[in-house]
Amino acid sequence: MRHFWLGKLDSHALPHAWFTIGGTAVFLLAALITVIIITRMKRWKWLWNEWLTSVDPKKIGIMYFIVGGVMLLRGGLDALMMWLQQALGASNMPGIGGEAAHGYLSSEHFQQIFTAHGNIMVFFVAMAFIFGLINYIVPLQIGARDLASPFMNTLGFWLYVGGVLMVNMFFMFGGEYAATGWLAIAPLSGKVFSPGVGVDYWIWSLQISGVGSTLGALNFILTILKMRAPGMTLSKMPLFTWGSLFSMLMAVTVFPLLTATLFLSFFDRYLGTHFFTMTAGGDPMMYTNLIWMWGHPEVYILMLPAFGVFSEVVATFSRKPIASYKSNVIGMAGVSFMALSVWLHHFFTMGASTDVNAFFGLMTLIVAIPTAVLFFTWIATMRGGMIRFETPMLWFLGFVAIFAVGGLSGLILAFPPADFQLHNSLFLVAHFHFNVIGGVLFGIFCGINYWFSKFTGFKLNQRIGRQAFWCWILGFCLSFIPMLILGLMGATRRLDHYDASTGWQPFFVLMLIGGIVIAIGTVLQLVQIFASVIQRHRLYDATGDPWDGRSLEWGTTSPPPSYNFTVIPTVTSFDTFWEAKKNHALPGPAYEDIVIPKNTAAGIYIALFAFLLGFGFVWEMNWLAVVSIIGIIVVLITRGYNEHSEYILTAAEVEKNEEKRAELHKKRLEQHKAALHEEEMGLVDFMRYMLKLGMNYIRQKRRKRT
Amino acid sequence: MNEQALTHHERLEAAANDRVKFGFWIYLMTDLLMFSVLFACYAVLHGNHVGSPAGRELFSLPLALKETLILLTSSFTCGIAMVAARRGNKNMTLFWFAITFILGLLFLKFELTEFRQFILEGHTLKTNAFLSSFFVLVGTHGLHITSGLLWMGTTMIFVMKRGLNSALVRKLSLLSLFWHFLDIVWIFIFTIVYLGAFA
Repeated sequence: MRHFWLGKLDSHALPHAWFTIGGTAVFLLAALITVIIITRMKRWKWLWNEWLTSVDPKKIGIMYFIVGGVMLLRGGLDALMMWLQQALGASNMPGIGGEAAHGYLSSEHFQQIFTAHGNIMVFFVAMAFIFGLINYIVPLQIGARDLASPFMNTLGFWLYVGGVLMVNMFFMFGGEYAATGWLAIAPLSGKVFSPGVGVDYWIWSLQISGVGSTLGALNFILTILKMRAPGMTLSKMPLFTWGSLFSMLMAVTVFPLLTATLFLSFFDRYLGTHFFTMTAGGDPMMYTNLIWMWGHPEVYILMLPAFGVFSEVVATFSRKPIASYKSNVIGMAGVSFMALSVWLHHFFTMGASTDVNAFFGLMTLIVAIPTAVLFFTWIATMRGGMIRFETPMLWFLGFVAIFAVGGLSGLILAFPPADFQLHNSLFLVAHFHFNVIGGVLFGIFCGINYWFSKFTGFKLNQRIGRQAFWCWILGFCLSFIPMLILGLMGATRRLDHYDASTGWQPFFVLMLIGGIVIAIGTVLQLVQIFASVIQRHRLYDATGDPWDGRSLEWGTTSPPPSYNFTVIPTVTSFDTFWEAKKNHALPGPAYEDIVIPKNTAAGIYIALFAFLLGFGFVWEMNWLAVVSIIGIIVVLITRGYNEHSEYILTAAEVEKNEEKRAELHKKRLEQHKAALHEEEMGLVDFMRYMLKLGMNYIRQKRRKRT
Repeated sequence: MNEQALTHHERLEAAANDRVKFGFWIYLMTDLLMFSVLFACYAVLHGNHVGSPAGRELFSLPLALKETLILLTSSFTCGIAMVAARRGNKNMTLFWFAITFILGLLFLKFELTEFRQFILEGHTLKTNAFLSSFFVLVGTHGLHITSGLLWMGTTMIFVMKRGLNSALVRKLSLLSLFWHFLDIVWIFIFTIVYLGAFA
């Protein structure tokens, strides 16, 4: 009976190690503080109505940023823990924690950390930010009011949140995450070698968020292909939209493969099938192939929107249209197409024939060509331009330097003979980080610095932003250049200890120092945001076009109204907005009826049931799984046959709303003018301000008492 | 003014219809990709029966042919139902969808009979990789048929209650796409799994 209700779950599953107790405490505390703050401010209703149930892609985009940002800190902490372990992991250093023979982490724990780090950074940070950016910016860029299916959008977001919860659930129940590496290669991830619940958490966190990603991708493709403003043919589409389109086309192609593969892996563990087992005719190589067919394009799915961001930024900050728009688009198309046919280069060493290896090696080398085309269009755009070194441009330039090294190290890995030497070495890990940090993460930071005023109505602080940028660059070089060298010296990846006589320790210490500098950079980015909030009047974006931008999103106010545009703009050329602005031919106010989707909580309910479904399967509570499936079906039916999911905002109401917004703008403008004399805050100013704030608070409390 | 607003809304609705259909096609393609993984697994693993009987000794072609004919017929009746739906003939729509529904159930019954027989003979999905890939491939198709039936049943109830309004006709047309799609997938299963075993 007990087994029926609780499955495998018992008191042993509750936190008992320092990190699970710590993790649980942090999560519960964070939740408690959030609940207290919201209750005290009486903001529950507001939170539910204005944010959680919202179907506005702009709000969903911001929610992606918030959850993704928290996960960035969480995944970053994992990285610091690994760096610390490796710095302490030489054989001449005694173990200083529990079971650890070297350093402070046991091997098992270290393995779980690098697995979690990989999953969190790729799925719950990079994907979140990319989806957030696309959500917010693409509809504005193509002159649409919304996404094709607002409901699918909130559902996708909440499934992502379900995945986030699932990946962190092991702190509270189970105490172990997968110790298999981020792709849980079979047969290691099978029941025989990984009997615990860690891999099950891995499967279900990826499964739930993966389905959300598929839905999101489908939605974005529909939006881009079917909802562009009149006159915006494909060849007039902004480049970020192009990057997003290619990326999402890849996503709908490969995410179903992930979903199917995860199901098979789950069947192997749960039902005892023999797809990827070592016995009864199973074929683990099938898993390796299938997972990399998804896994390789996944990195490009993250990369292409970032390429799009860079194309926008370089054009804006060089005050020139992108050099050879066509080459740029074709370059992105080439990269995305090639990315689908190189997956085997991840396992050259696993016994494919020479011909097969040669083919995939060549395909991998060829990817360099479209990528180089992209690089040349960016460099040519800067040539002869009036370059402004604002933070987005800095992130772009940092990307150019670092990504180039990442790409070139990739070319070395693409030669099968060289790969036989470098396979599974830190060289590979460094190569990957040069690309995903230098490319994807810098792209995300670049995009956020660029579009921040669109999101909030005020620009980001540039001074602290610059400092954060330099910390990141310095820290990155300090931690990942030694990693490249270590790889060439023979250090393998996923190494929690090594012999001191290898002479690797100084490099690992250098990497730790680099990691700390990156952490400082991250803190500075948070300070940058807080300082900007404090000086929001000073940094107010009065025109909605602070950078003298070129594409349609800059034609709206910052932030735009929920319907984005009062009247959908008509597009005549690639640079319509820029030309209209320069010719002073921006259209005047006009109003029309607008169909607006109603808020819905159906996405939240479905994601909640999906989470419970996964949780039920992890712990073998079959009743919970069945109840969850029924729950999902019931919500889908109620939502699917609800014919009142939209309402009409009449032209008169739109006009009234616009007037209200204009008044608010006037007020803000006055505040802005009054604050113009302020200097932009530096780090010291910020600290002084916070100190003053704290002192005032204490003084007030004292005054109340007396 | 009113008339103009109406055409504006009509235009929006037509665009929405267009989007939904296109989106559903993309969904079908993603579903096809999932099936392609299962087919690939079957293609790679179907020889690995590790001492247990192979497909040739297990499968019954007459049963598979029966299932095929039933499903093909249901696709045909589904087509007729859609013609009736587009003409706004509620009773005929319901009648033909009811026939489709019954044929779908019949198909499921035969499939489950086959599964049951295998399991009773001791050939379960745990036995070997061949049977794992067989059960999962054919079972996934069956699961799709089940969800199609669920969708059909619900939509029929709503048609009875609300009549053939444009939203429901749109749902029915997606459903028929889905049903034909499953038919095509079954043709591949019939060819690769059943006929392939005797080739």
